[in-house]
Amino acid sequence: MDKGNMEPVLKISNLFKSFGALKATDDVSIDLYPGEIHALIGPNGAGKSTLIKQISGDLEPDLGSIHFLGKNMAGLGVADRAQLGLGRTFQVSSLALEFSALRNVMLAVQAKSGSSFRFFKPVMKDKALIEGAMEMLTQVDLQERANIPAAELSHGERRQLEIAIALALKPKVFLLDEPMAGMGPEGSKKLTEFLDKLRHQAPILLVEHDMDAVFALADRISVLVYGQVIATGSVDEIRRNPLVRTAYLGEEVV
Amino acid sequence: MDKFDREKALNVLIALSLLIIPFIAIEMDEPFYVTLATRVVVFAIAGVGLNLALGLGGLISFGHAAFFGIGGYAAGILASHALNYEPLMTSLFELNGTTEMLIIWGVAVVASGLAALIIGLFSLRTSGVYFIMITLAFGQMIYYFAISWPAYGGEDGLSIYVRNKFPGVNTLDPINFFLICFTLLMLSILLISVLKNSRFGAALQAARQNDERLSTVGIHPFKIRLTTFVVSAMITGLAGALYADLNRFVSPSMLSWHTSGEIMVFVILGGVGRLFGPVVGAALFILFESIFGGLTEHWMLFLGLVLLAVVLFARGGLIGVIAGKTRHG
Ligand SMILES: Nc1ncnc2c1ncn2[C@@H]1O[C@H](COP(=O)(O)OP(=O)(O)OP(=O)(O)O)[C@@H](O)[C@H]1O
Ligand SMILES: [Mg+2]
Repeated sequence: MDKGNMEPVLKISNLFKSFGALKATDDVSIDLYPGEIHALIGPNGAGKSTLIKQISGDLEPDLGSIHFLGKNMAGLGVADRAQLGLGRTFQVSSLALEFSALRNVMLAVQAKSGSSFRFFKPVMKDKALIEGAMEMLTQVDLQERANIPAAELSHGERRQLEIAIALALKPKVFLLDEPMAGMGPEGSKKLTEFLDKLRHQAPILLVEHDMDAVFALADRISVLVYGQVIATGSVDEIRRNPLVRTAYLGEEVV
Repeated sequence: MDKFDREKALNVLIALSLLIIPFIAIEMDEPFYVTLATRVVVFAIAGVGLNLALGLGGLISFGHAAFFGIGGYAAGILASHALNYEPLMTSLFELNGTTEMLIIWGVAVVASGLAALIIGLFSLRTSGVYFIMITLAFGQMIYYFAISWPAYGGEDGLSIYVRNKFPGVNTLDPINFFLICFTLLMLSILLISVLKNSRFGAALQAARQNDERLSTVGIHPFKIRLTTFVVSAMITGLAGALYADLNRFVSPSMLSWHTSGEIMVFVILGGVGRLFGPVVGAALFILFESIFGGLTEHWMLFLGLVLLAVVLFARGGLIGVIAGKTRHG
């Protein structure tokens, strides 16, 4: 893609993060441009989720910087970054389990549409909140399950719900940590089509093990091994890269 | 009948039963029971306050006695100054005490809210056992301060010779005072019910279920919790002011950790997070105290057994046993 005069939406520069002696993020620089899907792949324990957590504000990097929309994120917490437009899903879904699917999404619509310091109007009588949330559930095909408590949803449905919540935030960047995990082939295929369109709403930093999805979706791929980015490039470049083949892809993917 | 409707019907039943007890007592010429019913009501208000933090917010505060006591001392101090014709302050301008309940309530609510703001700023950065311990520690600090503060009676406490005044009502009539307290109880429950269903309530309940979920949508859990803690303390502080007026006496024991424990027992017995839970819990507490308290000093043991049974077998408390589990829309 041509990004000649475009500014990156997300720019991570020389990031370091250690857990004791373990270097989970080791001089990582990655960026994300408008309209693109940048996939982050790598073996288990490579530090993908750790990177996502530093971007979302869960973890403080030891060194290096994260710029989002040109703004340095240092010192900003999870909620601040979410308000600025980071829309994130978790590798292990993180939901308000007693709330219905609908109420989980309503929480995001409420956060997006103004203050949560409103004490009197009942949310279940707030048409704008309910309809806004229903719309997001419909987009991920979960409208039939709106009134089911999140605790009773299937694993795959919870993943869909997380995406609906992220959508409701109308974010400027999506950070998706293994959205396909445990989805099943049918679900993965649907989600792949969905994400393909989603990139026009906002660029996506996609952590994913499902290589079919990655190769189908990614504009660029970065490969993370032992906390280091060993290669960044287009799908073809990554497929052909000998380093990547030995370190990660093995010979199974050709 | 729908479970939800069943709880509503039960709540109405509880409110009506509580309301008629003093009238029956007067009818039977047993005015003591009016006082007892008023005690239930006042304790219930204290519990309603805690239930907001504990039930909806999952904040296990073991320091709510601080707010109960601050409310009590606000009433005691204001009234004693007014009754002794001693101004509270003369240096900058003259500030006098008062025997007007409405003003006393206002001061009690503001003072306990401010205390909660300070305690919350420190304690709400922690969670779990640390939160329990820090709230306990703050509570005990205030307790020891009251004991060693001679100006207001120290260990002996402070008497209010005459019940404070309410415009247009003879508060010396026990039924009238009961009705004042009962009205405040209903209003405080109404407030919690409105809060629970609001945007704020949604965020608060989400904070209890999953902090990370709330911050990921861009809402600061800390701000939500701090606000909750303050409102919760204000309600418990109001109960403290009423308690002072009921007994015409305040003492440091209102501030002790026993009191914090008792308020928590009201909530757990009745049903954590249930609107009328604290009412049922306080009623049961007073019932046990008056039935077994006359027989043995160790009546708390019986209550302890009931509490154990509730914690082990009936997580929803007594309301939960009768009305079933709650469902969130
Ligand atoms: N809070 C932590 N404390 C100590 N070590 C941690 C912590 N979080 C992650 N690690 C370690 O850091 C390394 C990177 O973990 P991370 O979860 O980022 O890997 P990942 O690439 O997301 O793996 P997966 O594909 O299995 O999700 C792992 O060795 C992990 O054990
Ligand atoms: Mg991971």
